Amino acid sequence: MITIQNLTKTYHTKSGEVEALRGISAEIRDGDIFGIIGLSGAGKSTLLRCIALLETPTSGSISIDGRDLSSLRGRQLTEHRRQIGVIFQGYNLLMQRTVSGNIAFPLEIAGVPKAEIRRRTEELIHLVGLDGKADAYPSQLSGGQCQRVAIARALANNPKVLLCDEPTSALDSFTTKAILDLLSDINQKLGVTIIIITHEIGVVKQICSQVAVIESGRFAEYGVAAEVLAAPRSVAARQLIGVGGAL
Amino acid sequence: MNELIARYAPLLLQSLEETLYMTVFSTVLAYVFGLPLGVLVYVTKDGGIHPNRPLNRVLSWFINLIRSVPFLILIVALNPISKLIAGTSIGPKSSIFALVVAAAPFVARMVESSLEELDTGVIEAAKTMGASDLQIITKVLLPESVPSLVRGLSISAITLIGYSAMAGVVGAGGLGDIAIRYGVHRYEDSVMYITVILIVVVVQVIQSTFNLTAIQIDKRNR
Repeated sequence: MITIQNLTKTYHTKSGEVEALRGISAEIRDGDIFGIIGLSGAGKSTLLRCIALLETPTSGSISIDGRDLSSLRGRQLTEHRRQIGVIFQGYNLLMQRTVSGNIAFPLEIAGVPKAEIRRRTEELIHLVGLDGKADAYPSQLSGGQCQRVAIARALANNPKVLLCDEPTSALDSFTTKAILDLLSDINQKLGVTIIIITHEIGVVKQICSQVAVIESGRFAEYGVAAEVLAAPRSVAARQLIGVGGAL
Repeated sequence: MNELIARYAPLLLQSLEETLYMTVFSTVLAYVFGLPLGVLVYVTKDGGIHPNRPLNRVLSWFINLIRSVPFLILIVALNPISKLIAGTSIGPKSSIFALVVAAAPFVARMVESSLEELDTGVIEAAKTMGASDLQIITKVLLPESVPSLVRGLSISAITLIGYSAMAGVVGAGGLGDIAIRYGVHRYEDSVMYITVILIVVVVQVIQSTFNLTAIQIDKRNR
C-alpha cells in the first residue's frame, strides 16, 4: 500500500514561488492500476517525480507499506528505489547499449551475478514480447518497442510498484493499446501495482481501476475509475472526459 | 625538387617523428588529467548529479585561468618546471609538461561539452534504478558519450599539433621548428612548404580516422 499524505511541493523561481502540489493525499492499494489524469501544468509530473524520489516534497509524506520514504538515506534509499520501477514518455534508454544491455543495466548496478543477469534478461525480453530483438539497438526499434524495453528494464529488479510517466503519449493509438495491454498483463501476472500519469482519458478507460483527477496541484476528484468516468462530479473531470469523448 | 627532398628527408622524418611524439604523449597525458577534470566540472555544476558550487567555481576558474594564458607565454613561464621534470630544456621531451598543462583544461572543456550533449532523462532513469553517482559516471555518462568524446579527442589532438609547433619555436624541435628555422630564418621557403604539407597531412589523417571511428561506434546510427 502506498500512502500519500498532504503532499506539497513549492518551487522557488526567479518570478516567484510556484506551488506545483498543494496538498495531495491518496491511498493506493497493492495490485491497483491507479491513474492520475490532468492537463499540462496540473502538477502530475511533479507528483510522479516526488513518488519516484527524483524531487523532495516541500511537506507531507509518501510511504510504502508504512515506511516513510523521505526518511530514507544512502543504502536504504538505493534499496528502496529498486522497489519502484519507472518508465518515461521519452523511454530514456541507453542508446549505446543493446536491448539486452539496457535490461541488464539495473541488474548490473545492483550487483547481480552475470549468469543470473543473462537468465533474467532473457525472461524479461520474452515477457514484453521482444523475442529476437535482444541484440538490436534502440535506434533500430519503433517507439512501441522502445517502451517495451523500458518496461522490461523497469521490471528487472522485481519492483512492487511501476510508475509510468505518460507512457503512451508519444505513441500512435494502435501502439498505445498494445502497450496498455502489456501493462495490464504485467499487473495481473506479477501483481505489480501500477501508477500511470497521463493526460489521455482513453488510458484511464482502458486499464485503470482507480483514478485521481489532478487540477492546480490538488486532486479534484478521486475514486473507482468506472464511477468517476460514468458520473464525474468535478469540472476538471468533466472537461477531461468531454475532451476524451470528442476524440 | 627530388634533390631537395633527398637532402632534407632525414631531417623532415626526424621532425615528423618529434611532432608525433609530442602530440601523442601530450594528448594521452592531457586526457589522464583533463577527462576526470571535465567529468568533475560536469557533475558538480548546479543541477548536476552531485552539485557542489564552491568546487565547481574553483575548477572552472582554474580552467579559464590557464586557458587564457597564450601558449607561447605559458611554455616560457613553465620552462623551469619543465626542465626539472624532463631533465632538459630542449628537445620534444622538454615540451611535454607545458603541452599537458595547456591542453588538460582544454580537454576538460571538450569532455564537459560532450557530456552536456547527453539527454538528462537517461541520467534520471539511472537514478530511479538506484545507481550511485560513480555508477552514473562510469556506466551512463561516459559510455553514452563515447562517439562525442572521440570527436573531441581529434579536436584536442589537432590543437596539440598546433601547440607543439609553437613549442618548436622555443627549442622543442618538431615540424614547427623546421618551418620557422628554414622558412623564416633562412628564407628556404620550399622546406617550409614541405613541413606545412606534412602537418596538413597529419591533421587530415587524425581528423578523418577519428571521425570515421566516431561514426562507426555510434549505435545511434542505424
